[in-house]
Amino acid sequence: MYIAEMYIPAKKKKVKTFIIPSLKLTAVLILLCAVIYPLLVVGIAKTVPSGGDGVTVSYKGQVVGYKDIGQKFTDDKYFWSRPSAVDYNASGSGGSNKGPTNQDYLADVQKRIDTFLVHNPGIKKSDIPVELVTASGSGLDPDISFASATVQVPRIARLRNKTEKKLYELIDKIKERPLFGPEKINVLKLNVALNML
Amino acid sequence: MNSQILGVVVMFVATLLLAVPLGRYIAKVYSGQRVWTDIIFNPIEKLFFKISRINPAIEMGWKQSLVALLTINLVWFLWVMFCLLNQSWLPMNPDHNPNMTPDLAWNTAISFLVNCNLQDYSGETGVSYFSQVFGLMFLQFVSAGTGMAAAAVVFNALRDRTTDQLGNFYNYFLRSCTRILLPVCILVASIHLFEGTPMTFKGIDTLTSVQGDTMHVSRGPVAAFVAIKHVGTNGGGFFGANSAHPFENPTYLSNIVQMIAQILIPFAMVFAFGFYCNKRRLAWVFWGVMTTGFLILVVPTIIAEVNGNPYLAQMGIAQPGGNMEGKEVRFGAMASAFWSIATTVISTGSVNAMHDSFMPVSGMNMMLGMMINSFYGGVGVGFLNFFIYVILAVFIGGLMVGRTPEFGGKKIEAREMKIAMIIALFHPFLILVGTAVASYLAAHDTNMGWWFADAAGKHNASGWLNNPGHHGFSEMLYQYTSCSANNGSGFEGLADNNPFWNISAGIVLLFSRFLPIIGPVAIAGLIAGKKFIPASSGTLKTDTGTFGLLVFAVKVIIAALAFFPALALGPIAEWMKMH
Repeated sequence: MYIAEMYIPAKKKKVKTFIIPSLKLTAVLILLCAVIYPLLVVGIAKTVPSGGDGVTVSYKGQVVGYKDIGQKFTDDKYFWSRPSAVDYNASGSGGSNKGPTNQDYLADVQKRIDTFLVHNPGIKKSDIPVELVTASGSGLDPDISFASATVQVPRIARLRNKTEKKLYELIDKIKERPLFGPEKINVLKLNVALNML
Repeated sequence: MNSQILGVVVMFVATLLLAVPLGRYIAKVYSGQRVWTDIIFNPIEKLFFKISRINPAIEMGWKQSLVALLTINLVWFLWVMFCLLNQSWLPMNPDHNPNMTPDLAWNTAISFLVNCNLQDYSGETGVSYFSQVFGLMFLQFVSAGTGMAAAAVVFNALRDRTTDQLGNFYNYFLRSCTRILLPVCILVASIHLFEGTPMTFKGIDTLTSVQGDTMHVSRGPVAAFVAIKHVGTNGGGFFGANSAHPFENPTYLSNIVQMIAQILIPFAMVFAFGFYCNKRRLAWVFWGVMTTGFLILVVPTIIAEVNGNPYLAQMGIAQPGGNMEGKEVRFGAMASAFWSIATTVISTGSVNAMHDSFMPVSGMNMMLGMMINSFYGGVGVGFLNFFIYVILAVFIGGLMVGRTPEFGGKKIEAREMKIAMIIALFHPFLILVGTAVASYLAAHDTNMGWWFADAAGKHNASGWLNNPGHHGFSEMLYQYTSCSANNGSGFEGLADNNPFWNISAGIVLLFSRFLPIIGPVAIAGLIAGKKFIPASSGTLKTDTGTFGLLVFAVKVIIAALAFFPALALGPIAEWMKMH
């Protein structure tokens, strides 16, 4: 054995000591990390209610969306979602990536404020919460804040002939108050509940 | 607001409480002591080593460890290049995404290989499920394992003895993957499943929304991916919006879990060093220095984001939520601000809000985190970077008090110092030269030809900026800082999917990953071979607050001298314009 090793040129020895083990170790690790591990997680996913396909929301027996994926609500009869840099197209995602001093960005915000005031007569500028005029990071933000929902109540009450009290109750019902972190309102759930009112 | 402060405090404290026992566990794993995971992993590892024809009992020197490390990294690079360039015909591509262009594949393969995870593509349209799982997720495991194994070699070299036998690299590496990364990932992925993250191989779902629009919703095997993305401080998102995407990070709880998952191992590695080398006090000093730096960066960032944008205040709207451009309602400004600094001081680079839209102070602090790159730092490599500063501090401290520079009973001499200086200075060199070249091209609006074309097909270099003025400069500075720190986050407005950025960033990534591994391992290897001198009254004590302060000062001085002029042109100028 020792004699044989002596006659292998130095370069070939390197191949034997480092390259071959690297290739084989890579192959078994692909099996572990890219086959066994994901399959295990898929297995666990089968035990959760959504089965790992994402949690859906239904209305009148139809799946109308995913709970976690925000949708476009621009109709005045619905509670609006936040502005989106990708127009709520969930086959992509992303923010505006505009800097805080960018004049185009500031002009966009001003335009959204003006639009909001036109569609919501009687609302003061200082009542508009910031999230309703700024785009989210994912462009798919499913939530708005409590203030963003209540500021839209007069408009929806008028268009849908409902009392404002009823809408406030609805918002309170949908509102989520997690142990940590901000309270939020899922716009899709809120609007589905609104349709059922 | 109070519940948000509480949320941030909980994230930090919980990480620390988990990191100490995990550190002890990691130290046991590397020193081969018995641990509770033996029952499962002993047979698996034995089998793997048998198949690979590796004898884990054979010890290697520092040079052999490095050759083993570089060789296996080359194999992975080639494998992932193959995946990315052929994904259109490979299986598991339900959305029919095309092959990557060669320059994008080069950038992507390198950036995942080096644990950076800079992404010039969007996950929904740029890669197939095969590439995500077999290419990128695989690299997220093994690149983290590589960093940890390199740190283990250094731990071994810093023990109180004289040796050139530093353990078996393959053994450290495989154990890092199987016994540390994998179990934590399974736990993190499971929590995400219950929070609503998908884990499916089905493609885009098409449905009609409440309002009557047609919607397309991308899905995928997200839960498994998002776990290793954070546990291995990789940071590459499954979707384009990374952890801002509501599937990838659906709730505040999942946000807490991801935050803990990404800081956990960087914390634990410091404590593992303490347990492994029996230098627990020193480990706490190191952790204290890192935490001081982290807090100095995170507090002003949180204040800036919670206070919101003064320009929007001028418009007369209410900003109770703070600066919400690029942020998600379910996390709020505070948790996003905390995340932005955590993800940049460690080398994760995942984002739960778009960094480009943060306030100037926040942008500067993120860059500072990456410029210093060792307030915690990435899994394994964060410790290696920190070690370089320790060597510099030992030398400067030794000279100041007129004693021979020593660390852990070993003399620090000219050769080690030279290596440490090269590594410490190479980082600013890569960042500043890259930014200088890119800014020169942008400022002169150079016609880039093949190297760059914007969405309209124009080749003018200024077209890669999404924001004008100082913020545009920050976009370029951030990009090279992120590359050189192997971080992977970005001011994503920068149009970076083109040959100029793909190729130049790829080159920076390669240098900035492997030199900071080779350097510290070499220093540690050289130190290990030296004679051990027991501590005497003439020794400069390293496990004291004074020494911690010295290390901190060295970092600040190097960072300030190297980066202040560049920062003054970007975020500092933008801040002054704003106020």
